[in-house]
Amino acid sequence: MSAAPAQIFRVRSGNGVDTSQTLHFSFDGKTYTGHPGDTLASALLAHGVRLFGRSFKYHRPRGLLSAGPEEPNALVELRDGARREPNTRVTVVELFDGLNASSQNRWPSLSFDALGMNGLFTSVLGAGFYYKTFMWPASFWEKLYEPMIRRAAGLGRAADEADPDLYEKSTAFCDVLVVGSGPAGLAAALAAGRSGARVILCEQDALPGGRLRDESATLDGKAGWQWAEQVRQELAGMPEVRVMTRTCVFGAYDGGTYGALERVADHVALPKDGQPRQRLWRIVARECVMATGAIERPVVFPNNDRPGVMLAGAVRTYLNRFGVSPGRKAVLYICNDDGLRTALDLRRAGVAIAAIVDSRPAGVGGGAQVASQCGAAFFPGGAIADCYGHSGVKAVLVRDASGKARSIACDLVAMSGGWSPNVALATHLGNRPVWHDDLCAFLPSTLPPGMVAAGAAAGVFDTAEALHDGAVAGQRAAVACGFAATLPVLPEAEPTRYAIRALFHALKGVPSAKKAKAFVDFQNDVTAKDVALAAREGFVSVEHLKRYTTLGMATDQGKTSNINALALLAEITERTIPQTGTTLIRPPVQPVAIEALAGPHRGTHFKPTRLPPTHQWAEEQGAVFTANGLWMRAQWFPRSGETDWLETVSREVRTVREAVGFCDVTTLGKIDIQGPDAAEFLNRIYVNAWLKLAVGRVRYGLMLREDGFAYDDGTTARLGENHYVMTTTTANAGGVMAHLEFCHQWLWPELDVQFISVTDEWAQIAVAGPKSRAVLEKIVDASFDLSNEAFPYMAAAELTVCGGVAARLFRLSFSGELAYELAVPARYGDALARLLMKVGEPFGIAPYGTEALGVLRIEKGHPAGPELNGQTTAHDLGMGRLLSTKKDFIGSRMAQRPALTDPARPTLIGIQPVNPEDMLVAGSHLLPQGASATATSDQGWLSSVAWSPSVGSWIGLGFLTNGPARKGEIVSVHNLLAGTIIAARIVDPVFVDPKGERLHG
Amino acid sequence: MRLTCPSCGSRGLEEFTYRGDASVRRPAADASEQAWVDYVYLRDNPCGRHQELWYHGAGCRSWLVVTRDTRTHEIFDVRNARDVALTERQTDAGQGEIA
Ligand SMILES: [Zn+2]
Repeated sequence: MSAAPAQIFRVRSGNGVDTSQTLHFSFDGKTYTGHPGDTLASALLAHGVRLFGRSFKYHRPRGLLSAGPEEPNALVELRDGARREPNTRVTVVELFDGLNASSQNRWPSLSFDALGMNGLFTSVLGAGFYYKTFMWPASFWEKLYEPMIRRAAGLGRAADEADPDLYEKSTAFCDVLVVGSGPAGLAAALAAGRSGARVILCEQDALPGGRLRDESATLDGKAGWQWAEQVRQELAGMPEVRVMTRTCVFGAYDGGTYGALERVADHVALPKDGQPRQRLWRIVARECVMATGAIERPVVFPNNDRPGVMLAGAVRTYLNRFGVSPGRKAVLYICNDDGLRTALDLRRAGVAIAAIVDSRPAGVGGGAQVASQCGAAFFPGGAIADCYGHSGVKAVLVRDASGKARSIACDLVAMSGGWSPNVALATHLGNRPVWHDDLCAFLPSTLPPGMVAAGAAAGVFDTAEALHDGAVAGQRAAVACGFAATLPVLPEAEPTRYAIRALFHALKGVPSAKKAKAFVDFQNDVTAKDVALAAREGFVSVEHLKRYTTLGMATDQGKTSNINALALLAEITERTIPQTGTTLIRPPVQPVAIEALAGPHRGTHFKPTRLPPTHQWAEEQGAVFTANGLWMRAQWFPRSGETDWLETVSREVRTVREAVGFCDVTTLGKIDIQGPDAAEFLNRIYVNAWLKLAVGRVRYGLMLREDGFAYDDGTTARLGENHYVMTTTTANAGGVMAHLEFCHQWLWPELDVQFISVTDEWAQIAVAGPKSRAVLEKIVDASFDLSNEAFPYMAAAELTVCGGVAARLFRLSFSGELAYELAVPARYGDALARLLMKVGEPFGIAPYGTEALGVLRIEKGHPAGPELNGQTTAHDLGMGRLLSTKKDFIGSRMAQRPALTDPARPTLIGIQPVNPEDMLVAGSHLLPQGASATATSDQGWLSSVAWSPSVGSWIGLGFLTNGPARKGEIVSVHNLLAGTIIAARIVDPVFVDPKGERLHG
Repeated sequence: MRLTCPSCGSRGLEEFTYRGDASVRRPAADASEQAWVDYVYLRDNPCGRHQELWYHGAGCRSWLVVTRDTRTHEIFDVRNARDVALTERQTDAGQGEIA
């Protein structure tokens, strides 16, 4: 690193910079100094740095165009490593000590760029070049074109590692949201704030004031920024007012909702411990004053992209706010009186004005007077016809009103094509702005409800008028919210004149214009010639022009280019600007990082994990877990000596079939249903009959969707006269709850019934196997009779366990064995698992996981998720006979459609390979034996498979055309992925204990 | 977008889920197959005012009948679906008596 060069262009003190402190930073490995309050742009400019980057397509040297967020040229990579931030606009980067930035899109270095010769191949890089040049052959795209384009064109590199910083999301509510703290915004906040309304004032910059900081004009005889500071202090003292700096309102959404990004710690090297880097705000406001100011337009002329060609207003910003002069000798190119301020400010700073080129005819505006004040040559009706200097402006070719041209030496061109009100927020909801010829600007017409535009954003450019406009807007907004607001006394502002005459380009009568590049969109390297070419090729709609030339589609979204392009297109197609159209602006107003949108919702905070109550115990047991929706469930419990999962799962299955096992089934949805009409309600929800279920009994139920297809299944127990508890599948727990509420509230509001989800309230554990009763006898309090007679299959009871703990016991079996499900309050779930292990030990108890659960239910032919896949009917599931014909229930009518009960529909069957060792794979297709593997011979599929230790064979459940009638038939099981065909026999889906005797034991 | 739930007040869109057209009515069990096909499958897609069902799942679990302009998302009215359905029943019953 070399020593810091002097800040030779820091010509005076700026109102936003504290020169008593010095900061050190580096750009492209070179160390520089700056001061608190500087931006990276102003600090580099103070050292005379003019070259900031290379352009996207042609690699042309580029400098600063602007001093604000609209900057299209000066993009850098900020910071390093995981915090590296590509495409950062130097004009909005606040300087901090140790800041490190590097230029992008240059190779090998910024000052010497080997790809700069792209300029020699401009003919292939013109409008639509992607479409034309890289069309054929297709194989060239991957091999040649794309790598070439990626190397030649492009912007910064994203960081390779995960972002280490924190991001937050927050919501705020207010009566009046004021966006922007220029004269209009401050006046609006003052008027609304003093009334007592809840006001939020958002300013994207670090400092309030807007253009008041950029101009030398005074308010009440003092510097404008001093009034801004005074208002900020008054607002800070109001309890209902919140001033948010570094906060960009980037989008307007329905219902008075606004998106804003607060850059909490972008201006420091590292966020403080625990501090977010950025905070995404959702602001809900009853009224909104859009005081977002205006963005100055460049003028399109040949080589208008040379470093040193800047917006006139930006020159004033660097002079007045930062005390930096962007040059030593300036030429002004203007079409309005606002630009003349730049000449006066430069003059006051001691910068020479070589010429003022005013596109307006002699006698219009104050150019002549200012030129004489500044000792500058004056060219009314003139134009800049060309600009010279490879890596920085050295001279311009000025053409006077008579057409005579002369070269004028300069190192700074300050241009103003007029100001475009920043109407983005007003158009986000689809309201098109309207063109005003007198102001050469689009202004908001109809605004979203509750929004009003004020100040420059509404085309009110004069400071005194903007103050008044803002105050009125703030007052009205507060009154609309019910506050007695009055107009504040406003400071006296110097009168200004705008006197604009349209100026979009200086190409007419310029002989070099045909060859030279006159840039319209600086960031995407779109020239006037590209616009003309697109129009010639028929792309005369603005939307087509944008897509064909990529104009306005870079990260700056065409803030400085859209209107010039529209004006050019209008001229070429001989239409007016309103006839040519405008494009709506979409959020965000400024780029928003993905991290900010994600906020804290990353990793498991994006997809949280639900843990059943026995999770910690299962971890201690060394269980292997699987994700089941959001739930984490034990998949199996390996024991030492077991070599693979199948061995473990088979052992768990045998334990249940021969002794006793237990499994946490808490994840099943549990819905408590109460009310005198609960039975009638269930009768309408389920396909089967429910009116006669006795208290203390459980019943299986199947639900259909209204279209007649199966939706969900489970058991519901009647615990009391008007009290039921329903279980749903794990996956549909939430959906069934919403479904029940819908049916009750919308379809059958006359029924007196209520629901609440109790999934998280009860830990539920299945205890299954011939010795399950013996185990439960050790847990259930002695007063309860567990005998088969007193508590038979499908019984349910509320009882106590372990000496008084409230519990619910259901005699249910998914495995086909003697089995129970015991529910205890969730906080006792862990203790219950430990107790079962202890009291079950003499009976050979073992826990089992979801895999054994699956094997057990496949062995019993119970349909589950793979069978209830949304495409199967009750008939398909072999449950056609459950459908009651005596009542109306959800899906009853549509389930009767002939196609849904056609026996030829694939129907549930069991399947067993002829060779028991042949592995079945779910998803395989079933074909008649010997049939060719074509779609026409496809007769069904396998939905669930398992190795059954009970049968000693692979087994499966599936769906087969005319299935139940084909028992004994051998079919081909075709696994299309592996390309294998297995011969298998169609069997009954119940593989174990087909008569169901064990259930009743 | 925001909806003003009759029970919970003004709440953000993220608390609600959309179901669809609130103007269709479940036919009687013995209605024609065409009536059922219309109810289950066919929906109008109007440009402008639309009555639709929303569920305040992350709030009070009320089903709501919302009147919304599909072009501007302006919300004209939000009511408890249960109240709407009960009122309709009473009206239907009343007409039945007159008839
Ligand atoms: Zn609610």
